[in-house]
Amino acid sequence: MTTRWLRYGPDAVLIECESLAQMSAVRAAVVSAELPDLAEVVPGARTVLVAARPGSRALDRVRELLEHADLTAGNGGEPREITLDVRYDGADLDLVARTAGVSVDEVVALHTGATYTVAFTGFAPGFGYLTGLPEPLRQSRLDTPRTRVPAGSVAIAGEFTGVYPRSSPGGWRLLGHTDAVLFDSRAQRPALLAPGDRVRFRSLS
Amino acid sequence: MIRALEVLAPGPLALVQDLGRPGHAHLGVPPSGALDAPALRLANRLVGNPEGAAGIEALLGGLEVRAGASCTVAVTGPPVPVAVDGRPVGSHMPVHLAAGRTLTVGRPETGLRSYLAVSGGVDVEPEMGSRSRDVLSEIGPPPLEPGAVLPLGPPHGIPVGADTATAPRCPAELAVPVLLGPRADWFDDAAQQLSAPWTVTSESNRVGLRLGGPALRRTSAREGDELPSEGVLTGAIQVPPNGLPVVFLADHPTTGGYPVIGVVLPSALPTLAQARPGTTLRMRPYA
Repeated sequence: MTTRWLRYGPDAVLIECESLAQMSAVRAAVVSAELPDLAEVVPGARTVLVAARPGSRALDRVRELLEHADLTAGNGGEPREITLDVRYDGADLDLVARTAGVSVDEVVALHTGATYTVAFTGFAPGFGYLTGLPEPLRQSRLDTPRTRVPAGSVAIAGEFTGVYPRSSPGGWRLLGHTDAVLFDSRAQRPALLAPGDRVRFRSLS
Repeated sequence: MIRALEVLAPGPLALVQDLGRPGHAHLGVPPSGALDAPALRLANRLVGNPEGAAGIEALLGGLEVRAGASCTVAVTGPPVPVAVDGRPVGSHMPVHLAAGRTLTVGRPETGLRSYLAVSGGVDVEPEMGSRSRDVLSEIGPPPLEPGAVLPLGPPHGIPVGADTATAPRCPAELAVPVLLGPRADWFDDAAQQLSAPWTVTSESNRVGLRLGGPALRRTSAREGDELPSEGVLTGAIQVPPNGLPVVFLADHPTTGGYPVIGVVLPSALPTLAQARPGTTLRMRPYA
């Protein structure tokens, strides 16, 4: 598998990957090497953005590292595992069931039956894009986004599921709600979910 | 006496800023921090602080603060009138502020953001290693309101005495060096299109400068293409579907789904922090 290196200003590179799995392997390889002088390592859906401290040789070391890394294996050490308790009473549950051609109970069984991986973040602090969504739940965004989605909403869109860390506008289909705190900038570990973490959902009902 | 600063008037927008919280983009947290970082560093040096101490970033002046205890202050950024109890003193120099005295920062004639440093630094509780207010994520102390009391840390050292510094000019036209990429190939002759004169619009803020000008055209092959979300850095020039570029500043979103045509060199970012709406940007793209 090959990656494409795209220059991103004088001190950073955007490593474009062939798949989300390869992106995750590249990110894990870079992060677990704990190279000095890296300012940011930001995963995206198909890319890893690596920013170095100005004047350092860190990007050269990243290149050497990736030339010899095995990007097919799911390396990167033991992932953290997080279970989120969910009340499956979301406003779009019926719509999701109809679209998938299954019952509401089956939607819950599908969503709780899978193990997800935090691929990347964005949109808001602590918002993780989780991959591993079962095929029937891969559904488009709402035609008209809601102006306000409550904090803790568990939702799906495209190949991703995720949890809104705080109330915000949003176009994802809502399955339910968790009381877990996804982000607290004053906490020792501010973001509950970080790239590479494994996540499961558990039904409270 | 309490080592604190009381805000009497914040002006249009006054925020606590230090050098930000870089290194958290993978959690969706922007770097934030003073937009004109050299100005904050200078203000801190003038009052004897470490360069990264927290101060106040005041947009278009109008800031009025009262000292709870004797302290040294300095105001930097564009040239700006500064007064103590109504008596004019200079900007870009250390000024002694006795307990109970009021410091006023007037409106700068050019530029946007003044920086006020106080000996000991603003000592609010840091969040994720920084005291900066991030306007996008709403992390850090809220925008200052009349009556807000900001605790000050213990003074670090001796202020740099009689030192003064020259205030930089904020010209109406700026040359901005831009390194093309990562997605320059999504656009027809990116370098030539970017070289058009761009105008800073009034929709600009700490998240980014929104520019007006001739819409950037994609190549026919990339017309209507969707870009999977990818990481974004400060200085990135993102081009949304309307073709009007946004230059991301310190409070930018950490990932985005529109192509980045080029990246402004870090050395030019402080001048962008002072670019008023109406300022003309002349991009100097190179590959």
